[in-house]
Amino acid sequence: MIQVIDVTKYYGQRLAVEGVDFEVGERRVVGLLGPNGAGKTTILRILTCYLTPSSGRVVVSGYDSEKEPLKIREKIGFMPENVPLYGELSVWQFLGFVADSKGINPRYKRQEISKVISLCGLERLERRLIRHLSKGQRQRVGLAQALLGDPPILILDEPTAGLDPAQVVEVRELIKGLGRDKTVILSTHILPEASQVCQEVIILNNGRVVAKGTLTELGKRMEDSDQISLLFKLDRDLQNLEWLRDDPMILGLTQCGKHLYEIQIKPSEDGIKKLVKKIVDAGIGILELRQKEFSLEEIFVKLVVYGDDTSYKGEMVR
Amino acid sequence: MVKGLNAVMKKDILVMFSSPIYYIVSFIFTLICGYFFYSNVMYFNLLSIQASSDPFLSEMLNLSDMVIKPFFGNIIIITLLFIPLLTMRIFSEEKRQGTIELLFTYPISDWGCLLGKYFAVMISYVGMLLWTLPLVVLMGIIGSPDWGIVLVAYIGILLAGMGFSAFGVFCSSLTENQIISAVLTFGGLLLIWAIGWMKRLGGEIVGKVLEYISMTTHIESFSIGVLDSRDILYFLIFCSFWLYFTKKVLEQRYIKR
Repeated sequence: MIQVIDVTKYYGQRLAVEGVDFEVGERRVVGLLGPNGAGKTTILRILTCYLTPSSGRVVVSGYDSEKEPLKIREKIGFMPENVPLYGELSVWQFLGFVADSKGINPRYKRQEISKVISLCGLERLERRLIRHLSKGQRQRVGLAQALLGDPPILILDEPTAGLDPAQVVEVRELIKGLGRDKTVILSTHILPEASQVCQEVIILNNGRVVAKGTLTELGKRMEDSDQISLLFKLDRDLQNLEWLRDDPMILGLTQCGKHLYEIQIKPSEDGIKKLVKKIVDAGIGILELRQKEFSLEEIFVKLVVYGDDTSYKGEMVR
Repeated sequence: MVKGLNAVMKKDILVMFSSPIYYIVSFIFTLICGYFFYSNVMYFNLLSIQASSDPFLSEMLNLSDMVIKPFFGNIIIITLLFIPLLTMRIFSEEKRQGTIELLFTYPISDWGCLLGKYFAVMISYVGMLLWTLPLVVLMGIIGSPDWGIVLVAYIGILLAGMGFSAFGVFCSSLTENQIISAVLTFGGLLLIWAIGWMKRLGGEIVGKVLEYISMTTHIESFSIGVLDSRDILYFLIFCSFWLYFTKKVLEQRYIKR
């Protein structure tokens, strides 16, 4: 559906993104992650055909962004960051303009506008001037204009910024639902949001893609993902279990609760069997034994903050 | 080629008419036009009283020369002052608010956006001009003006407004500051207006070029009721020139490096 092929973009002499390469399939929610200045907005601007790449190609639904930008824009609903809107217009007037711009048949215009108004919970605000709306309400108007015309691709830049917690949950659910029959590219710096909503993520740093794939794939590609985590309950003082700390199989020990402890174990079948037996023999109740999964935060920190960490073996582009 | 023209035009008219700036500009414009009309009529009235005892003056006196021509001449100058106030926000405000990015993610062509905005300015300008019609009607009541001259003068004002607006839209595309846009437009138009005055300073060819570029050369014929195709062509070229360069400014975002 979307192909970004070796895209590089310069602003004058300044390099914004370099050699960015990824594909997004149909009916997926894909998160575009990265710290400030990583090149996320530049990529989104190129995808929406607002900017042209210095080199490389973008193909959306079979249309080349340089040759047929209008065809691509017909397929895309875009919600920019901070949602710049026309304050002098009412919500209805603004959505009317968007409907006209998107070439929605005048016969269905009213119906289409009503649909997105109800989807984004703007029923009571439709006659109100945009300049009188709160940030969260403007954010919802921004989402409504992106959804108008039912585009097959949605590009959302920080869609939950400025929303209250209840609205955040609503919007996330909405995005999840939209991902069932649309392709959604979501730029966010809220990592739990990406974990909850996205099926795949693309992590950008310094204008380059440093990782891409599903969260499970990314987690598995971390070298440490082979770690085993063992959770146990201990009523006695841990000081009496120095043998547990000193065991060469144990990589780390952390206290999770008053009597709850977690240890990370090297992945060796025999070693684990011996260690488990030892623990059980010592009268300690094992609560859980599982392969350690890395959260998106951990993956992100590892790739972006410790970008030179060579332990990462996944699809890293350096 | 002009996809989205109607949508942008409608939106810009809505934005323009929902802004108090437009009504203030229109009101002041009408007030100043009214003042000049009144002073011309009063002067004509004064001379008419004198002419009742002076047959020579009586022969010289006519409504077209004493009221219509100076009145429309004044309107053009007032237009030059007021058009920058109509065009200043047309792209500058979109750039300042960031809405231009949103605008260009809709399936709207650059020409569609540009001409939509330009026509919106022209419609607002015509809206402003409509307020001068009661003065013309009044002219018909107090005397019997040459309606041909009035019509040609209005065509001239319209063409001048088209030219001024095209230049104003161009200046607005250069900056995100409305004040800078208005000052650039006013300064530039004044220069183009008066550049012909320097024709004697250059050589013969330079002088002719300056004279051709100058707007005063091309506006005179309209105010005396002459519809000259060369002058019409001048204003059409003038408009196309500045609209073309505005399009080039908009295309800057496509620059690859």
